[in-house]
Amino acid sequence: MKWLLLAIIVVATVLADLLQSHEMKRSGTQSVNARGLARLLRMLVSRRYLVLAIVCMAFSFFAFMALVQVAPLSFAVPASAATFVLETLLAKLILKEDVGKRRAFGALLVLGGVLLLAR
Amino acid sequence: MTAEQSSAVELSGTLPSASGRVSKIKTLSLVMAVVLLNSFGNLSLAWGMHHADSVGTNPLGYLRAMLNPSVDLGICLLILWMLTRMALLSWADLSFVLPVTGSGYVLSALLGKVFLHEAISSFHWLGIFVIFIGTAMVGTTNQKTENGA
Repeated sequence: MKWLLLAIIVVATVLADLLQSHEMKRSGTQSVNARGLARLLRMLVSRRYLVLAIVCMAFSFFAFMALVQVAPLSFAVPASAATFVLETLLAKLILKEDVGKRRAFGALLVLGGVLLLAR
Repeated sequence: MTAEQSSAVELSGTLPSASGRVSKIKTLSLVMAVVLLNSFGNLSLAWGMHHADSVGTNPLGYLRAMLNPSVDLGICLLILWMLTRMALLSWADLSFVLPVTGSGYVLSALLGKVFLHEAISSFHWLGIFVIFIGTAMVGTTNQKTENGA
């Protein structure tokens, strides 16, 4: 059961972030003042990719809540941090981001740190 | 100014830099805001849920928990976190945003120690150091790469 929940978390989180990043890249630079935040809120409910991203985030959130009930937090946190590696890879392949050696190594270090924090 | 830059100005109400990009300082400020909103949002939510009656599997339990001010504050902070992260993703790569906001794990561990009196072992301190190095390393790369969509 815990592996199924973990798979749901990973797939839902990766999908949510890829959809969000894709849609926000298309939208152009957004500001974070009061008007900017109101505009972002409107985008959140009117753009289908963002709506889909929210649905994926909800799946991920509830699957995580269920996972911590059947598995220790020391398993749940580092296992779900595996999305770091998958998302960096897919950002290069799907979003065509230029993930250089330094960025890839930095992401691996952050993942390693998260694993140590969960011990 | 290119048509793309004009569109960005119209959308954001702020003028991008001469190169059409958002400055690194603005990006790092927003990264800090994203990390703070997420960490304090989670802390407030956890604090409220610890002090609320047991939720169980009853959906009404979740609604009752929302009467707790700490839970409400946590939800508001997490909504703000999502919106600021969306703004950040509008000009920075996902592969840049993910590791730099990963520093939130460090802040969450420190907040857990201060407010929830959780212990930080030597492994935790090593993890915090490694995350710090990784975040700093990614922070020195370009926030948006030329090949980005």
